[in-house]
Amino acid sequence: MIKTSDILHHASQRILILDGAMGTMIQKHTLEEDDYRGERFSDWHCDVKGNNDLLVLTQPDIIYDIHCAYLDAGADIIETNTFNATTISMADYDMAEFAKEMNIEAARLAKKAAEKFTQLTPNKPRFVAGVLGPTNRTASISPDVNDPGKRNITFDELVEAYVEATHGLIEGGADLLLIETVFDTLNAKAAVFAVQTVFESLGYELPVMISGTITDASGRTLSGQTAEAFYYSLRHVSPVSFGLNCALGPDLLRQYVDEIAQISESLVSAHPNAGLPNEFGEYDMDGDEMAEHIKEWATSGLVNIVGGCCGTTPDHILKMANAVKNIQPRTLPQLETKMRLSGLEPFVH
Amino acid sequence: MEATNTRQSASATFINVGERTNVTGSAKFKRLILEDDFEAALDVARQQVENGAQIIDINMDEAMLDSKAAMVRFLNLIASEPDISRVPIMIDSSKWDVIEAGLKCIQGKAIVNSISLKEGEDAFLQQARLLKRYGAATVVMAFDETGQADTKARKVEICTRSYKLLTEKIGFPPEDIIFDPNIFAVATGIEEHNNYAVDFIEATREIRRTLPHAHVSGGLSNISFSFRGNNPVREAMHSVFLYHAIQAGMDMAIVNAGQLEVYDEIPLTLREAVEDVILNRRDDATERLLDIAPAFQGDGKVQSKDDLAWRELPVNKRLEHALVKGITDYIETDTEEARRAADKPLHVIEGPLMDGMNVVGDLFGEGKMFLPQVVKSARVMKKAVAYLEPYIEQEKEKGSSNGKILLATVKGDVHDIGKNIVGVVLQCNNFEIIDLGVMVPAAKILQVAKEENVDMIGLSGLITPSLDEMVHVAKEMERQAFDLPLLIGGATTSKAHTAVKIEQNYHAPVAYVANASRAVGVCQKLLSKEQRSVFAAALSEEYEKARAQHARKQPRSKPVSLSVARNNKWTCDWARYLPPVPKQLGVQEVKVSLQTLRDYIDWTPFFLTWSLAGKYPRILQDDVVGEQAQSLFDDANAMLDHLCKTNELQAKGVFGLFPANSDGDDIVIFEDERRQTILHTAHHLRQQTEKANGANHCLSDFVAPISSQTPDYVGAFAVTAGIGEDELAKAYEEAGDDYNAIMVKAVADRLAEAFAEYLHEQVRKEFWGYSPNESLSNDELIREKYQGIRPAPGYAACPEHTEKQVIWDLLQAEQRTGMKLTESFAMWPGASVSGWYFAHPDSRYFAVAQIQQDQAHDYAERKGWPSESIEKWLAPNLQ
Repeated sequence: MIKTSDILHHASQRILILDGAMGTMIQKHTLEEDDYRGERFSDWHCDVKGNNDLLVLTQPDIIYDIHCAYLDAGADIIETNTFNATTISMADYDMAEFAKEMNIEAARLAKKAAEKFTQLTPNKPRFVAGVLGPTNRTASISPDVNDPGKRNITFDELVEAYVEATHGLIEGGADLLLIETVFDTLNAKAAVFAVQTVFESLGYELPVMISGTITDASGRTLSGQTAEAFYYSLRHVSPVSFGLNCALGPDLLRQYVDEIAQISESLVSAHPNAGLPNEFGEYDMDGDEMAEHIKEWATSGLVNIVGGCCGTTPDHILKMANAVKNIQPRTLPQLETKMRLSGLEPFVH
Repeated sequence: MEATNTRQSASATFINVGERTNVTGSAKFKRLILEDDFEAALDVARQQVENGAQIIDINMDEAMLDSKAAMVRFLNLIASEPDISRVPIMIDSSKWDVIEAGLKCIQGKAIVNSISLKEGEDAFLQQARLLKRYGAATVVMAFDETGQADTKARKVEICTRSYKLLTEKIGFPPEDIIFDPNIFAVATGIEEHNNYAVDFIEATREIRRTLPHAHVSGGLSNISFSFRGNNPVREAMHSVFLYHAIQAGMDMAIVNAGQLEVYDEIPLTLREAVEDVILNRRDDATERLLDIAPAFQGDGKVQSKDDLAWRELPVNKRLEHALVKGITDYIETDTEEARRAADKPLHVIEGPLMDGMNVVGDLFGEGKMFLPQVVKSARVMKKAVAYLEPYIEQEKEKGSSNGKILLATVKGDVHDIGKNIVGVVLQCNNFEIIDLGVMVPAAKILQVAKEENVDMIGLSGLITPSLDEMVHVAKEMERQAFDLPLLIGGATTSKAHTAVKIEQNYHAPVAYVANASRAVGVCQKLLSKEQRSVFAAALSEEYEKARAQHARKQPRSKPVSLSVARNNKWTCDWARYLPPVPKQLGVQEVKVSLQTLRDYIDWTPFFLTWSLAGKYPRILQDDVVGEQAQSLFDDANAMLDHLCKTNELQAKGVFGLFPANSDGDDIVIFEDERRQTILHTAHHLRQQTEKANGANHCLSDFVAPISSQTPDYVGAFAVTAGIGEDELAKAYEEAGDDYNAIMVKAVADRLAEAFAEYLHEQVRKEFWGYSPNESLSNDELIREKYQGIRPAPGYAACPEHTEKQVIWDLLQAEQRTGMKLTESFAMWPGASVSGWYFAHPDSRYFAVAQIQQDQAHDYAERKGWPSESIEKWLAPNLQ
């Protein structure tokens, strides 16, 4: 079993590479309703096209091949295809009952691919990060502008869903857990609570990675926190890495990664989008340009783990991996012992 | 480590938690919640944050209420109000299920109030484990299975036991523990209660001393319970209690800070009677307070809102009253009246408004007013100034600008005299100046530069860590493809540093500006289309030369290894040396009048500040600058006259003399003469170049080594003459009087140095007392004709800035004087001096200068810091 110290050991040697986008790669297959359904769900009572997480059950080969493509490009850590595989998000397709199975299968597929590549290059072991996505609901934002106190999801409901998903990911063989694309910190706090509850019941722990999303130039998460406040809200889980992903391309994301690099006692991860989407919703930034940005981050000592989010492909990852190959990873700072609280803004006493 | 102003205010020693959103404490809030008027209840929360509450306490423990539902609803509503939810929340309930429900609604990191050992260890630890999982700090009550702690011993015992359980059994972070050692009512008529306040205060002192990183808080209103109905006395009791508890180390409290009586404004008879009660100073204290209490009833704050007697005062006094009390109701009327009476609208600001703010500044500086009260005062001031602005504008003349220049003192540095002078000089030459002030992060500088579309950026800094920050700004400018010229100035900057470290990181022109008088020419050339390229080319050629020179420059003597240097240390026959024993050991606060300090001023550096070179008093007769120097000197003295008379600027200091011995290059400082408990260790650096004749000096050599078994001593001091300087300078600035804004800081700087000189003399003659008969003129003092030295961290003999922290800790400098250290270890206020005292007759100043990696590692190890982080601080001596 992988321990936090193992990851830290590898991360002290070099900058680790995370994989790129799963959705972008699935899109390239232009799958139709029937492909999504496969045989098993051929007579399912509602449409399932677009339910990418379902593909681990109905098109496992496609997902396996995508994992292999990223591993081949140089990824050290690959992410399970479970971004929406919670009972909460799956309710959209009336598929809540399959959420756990999706997590187990997704972790198995990724593990199979990772092990194959670890055997090929034993001195570069590959890891599987079991992804816990944000769900499609927010625990601290009202769905109704006229009733700011209203919520369509509670902390306890989120914990329940995340506990189930976490059990599935661990059962399927995930080496780490990645709570990612956090746009509401309260959702992530529920995920952290769930993960720690599962650890307690299992009697052992996996390393936890956290990655939040700064939604726009305000420099804040969707729920309004600054990057530093966001870090203080989740630091209690002692994550192996803390970072940012999605929403912005590397150019716009840099200053926030820099902010986290200054304060995070954990490794810093970043997996930005391939720029901002153009008017067709496509991402234009190519691998070379992206790698140039990431290289500059690495040279400036901002990062320990890099990868890609929306719009990135194995080519992006390959170029990034090459770009940072010989660059020293960021060293971890020591913070003064102070009470570090947060509202939307940090407060240190 | 940038984090807006929140970080700034949070670094103050005391934080206040707003108590108004508490149904058990506020009848109004309770009524609003019971009536389901959550909208208005939110306003209560918002007002608290606006009034300066740094955290808000929320309590819904009311029998008539579904507490859990009310807590959840209120927290969910707060989450949609960024004005409120920007601060952390304290969930206050005696019911665990309410606390837990609350934690499930908060995305930030909150404080829970409270848990305790009341139900035994198992329940306590179970709750604490869950808090760890939710990610919350917690208040821990001094309460155990047998009840609430009332004596000092019980309070300390329970807190210590709780601390050990939390930190050792479940790894709860000690910095997330806030003890509430129970504030109980005093003056109840029951003799056993008389010592309750003292018990709290003394327990606080002990907890802060023995339980590292933990905090102490409490609910204030209990203390005065027996004076229900007499608000003036209650508030006086709160204020006096807080004044003493904070000094003992209480660093948080749940208060309605807006309603705290100002310590100094409590009528003297009342204050003394209250102090007797709080500090349990005499057996009949309670009776005496009861006797006089009725006389104060009806004269208090609550009533004073309607008591308009102060409206009968003359207008200047009315303005002062409004400022100190934070009342905005009449400010425009009064300002208008003052404006009509004044020759110029500006005089209203410089006169009555400033006077009032100075009263506020003084009270705050002395710890007799609290942050929220000052926030209110500032708001009154702003309102008055805003009212006057249109009138002031009318009198100003406007013209076209030569160019727009952004000026800033870089992050971590508070020094701005030089920058302000440059700003004024440039403004006089018709440049438009955007001055971002002090401690400005790179991102802010560049953002404003873009938004304001400036023509040039000027960076300033005084302390050595600022050099690195300037390099960082230059790199950022390059990375973000800026093309603006960059000006570099400030006391530690140099042409060599600019050439070697900055210029090469940025492609556009970088100009090192040695002093303000150069600034105009440089800026004009850089902004002139015709001259820029020629000038830029000349600049880069100059820097190329400077770099070549720097590269060629061999250290005058060869470096040696640390062990070689140590073998060549200065020493003496310790067996034959009898160190003078201080007349008085321990820490003492010092207050001294500006009038006294004035005689100790060394004027020569004052003229340098204004770019006039020459030795005082000769400079006054100098052919070239004599006339200017004399006029400057006159203005400075006029300012001093004014300051001495008005008390607007104050000096405050603290020093201590301690048993100490050297241990290698360290100096260990002991708690007392038994020399068993180490208070702190000071770390020093040793000269590391080959010394043909003479020693490789290190300050620790001047103190007898432990091995000599000779009892020796060191002293430490921190003094400021800058209490009020920022307020004064800012007020001058806001009144458009930049000259005096700079003058006041320049004078304050001199006074601070004079203070250091004065105090050192007192120490030699009286407190340490080894030169009781010394009698030196000021000129002889300036030429250091006395025995012993007072080297300052950050300067040549002990160049590493973070060692100031040791002095701060030893002297409790922040608590006692309000002086602070920034993240770069600059002292605030700017007009401050700190250092060590050495008494050995052979002790002398020297420059550590260049050191080697072996010493850097050794030093890091001694300090227990990672090598990488220490290298940053040693950088100026390592290159």
